[in-house]
Amino acid sequence: MSTTLDMAQLDLRAVNTSLQAAAKAQANDEFVIENPRGSHAMACGLDGAIRVTVNGSTGYYCAGMNQEAEITVTGSAGPGVAENMMSGIVTIEGDASQYAGATGHGGLLNIKGNASSRCGISMKGIDIVVHGNIGHMSAFMAQKGNLVVLGDAGDALGDSLYEACLFVRGEVKSLGADCIEKEMRPEHIELLTDLLARAGADAQPQEFKRYGSARRLYNFNIDHAGEY
Amino acid sequence: MCGIVGLFLKKEELRPQLGDMLTEMLITMTDRGPDSAGIAIYGDETEGVIKITIQSDTPNEAFLGLDGRLSAAINKPVGIKVISTHAVLTVPADTETAAIAFLEENGLRIMGSGQSMEIYKEVGLPEDVAARFDLRGMGGSHGIGHTRMATESAVTTMGAHPFSTADDQCLVHNGSLSNHNQMRRTLARKGVFTRSENDTEVGAAYISSRVAEGATLGEALEGTLEDLDGFFTFVAGTKDGFGVVRDPIACKPAVMAETDDYVAFASEYRAFADLPGIDGARVWEPEPATVYFWER
Repeated sequence: MSTTLDMAQLDLRAVNTSLQAAAKAQANDEFVIENPRGSHAMACGLDGAIRVTVNGSTGYYCAGMNQEAEITVTGSAGPGVAENMMSGIVTIEGDASQYAGATGHGGLLNIKGNASSRCGISMKGIDIVVHGNIGHMSAFMAQKGNLVVLGDAGDALGDSLYEACLFVRGEVKSLGADCIEKEMRPEHIELLTDLLARAGADAQPQEFKRYGSARRLYNFNIDHAGEY
Repeated sequence: MCGIVGLFLKKEELRPQLGDMLTEMLITMTDRGPDSAGIAIYGDETEGVIKITIQSDTPNEAFLGLDGRLSAAINKPVGIKVISTHAVLTVPADTETAAIAFLEENGLRIMGSGQSMEIYKEVGLPEDVAARFDLRGMGGSHGIGHTRMATESAVTTMGAHPFSTADDQCLVHNGSLSNHNQMRRTLARKGVFTRSENDTEVGAAYISSRVAEGATLGEALEGTLEDLDGFFTFVAGTKDGFGVVRDPIACKPAVMAETDDYVAFASEYRAFADLPGIDGARVWEPEPATVYFWER
């Protein structure tokens, strides 16, 4: 059963309280949010299996700390969407602003449009698929998880990267410190095939290049002092 | 943190609604900047006539008979429109310098001047500032507004945005400049002076000095990327439109929307929520270190 919550009538706190209660009850309910009007912290802190469709665009920190819930935003999302996500699926039909999926531990963040700067900064296990382009300093200090970009990447991709895998189909404007192109081995093709299928992305894994850490920076080495 | 809004109308028939649309956007940005608010509005213009917007903390005394005194000083007819703490004086263009000198000598604060630009800014919640000046009732072709949460210089009328440092030019800013004192001295050596201690006014003076030296507004905005150090999302207004530029790091938010009727700028999408046709608008985030410009 689908419940509609209209933000022309309900304030943000009432909407989030309803969503969080349903998530906690593991009710597996479906909600539609109308008139989000760019509100901040929309559908954040959900920790159970519910499905939420936000009809419109959201502001800062939509779907933050998500766990198990499936959240779709039909418009664009402001800064910090799905920040620190643990699990579940967050889909943005439009664009995402800066630091999408920052510090995310798990789950899938599927951005159908472009993501701007610092996408996946300090990601810790989340999978992020961006169907368009990403901005500068994306995957900065990314520790674990996968970032897949069907379009182009901006400056300093993967700066100070740890063990996250980055896959880019288009151009990379520049690589950050200690980020290098790496060989696409069969296990990466397999991983990427699965990610592209889960994101409903129309692309072949063979079209992508893989980037990862050269592992020269993340243990302090006095000989590399100039690079820190 | 501060809030910025801008609206550029593409259709003549929407002009009477400019103030109403822009005021709604401004009030939505209150929680980004609750200490002061301001708006620059580009409205009607008359060839050969300059509008000077002034402010006084004691408007009843200061504005009483001011038009007559100014008229006697410059020996030309002068018009006056008083709105709360502000007044817009209209003078023949060739008397502008003398008129501004007379007004400053008489302790009045100059908000800005130009053929079409009027500036209204005060300390207080954006909603209260808008009501004080009846911003909703103002028409025009385009306008920019700002809600301030001060990080540089005091919370005063002179510290509020927009800042105008040349005829029909103004600037609003979200961020902070770290080399503004050095730039202030550089500009002063060239004879370009600012009226406040504020960092953004230095940014405005930098842009207008570059334009005065022959640069286009686009070139002047590109120059900010080289010559100004700090965080900024700038929106610069001119008689013909407005320009947008963000610093290369681009941590200060910005979003734009365009329909057949208007181009709108805001710090956050929330400010667009009440604009007509926003659901069908093209909405995008301006790229870092890239100049955008709309003009008629």
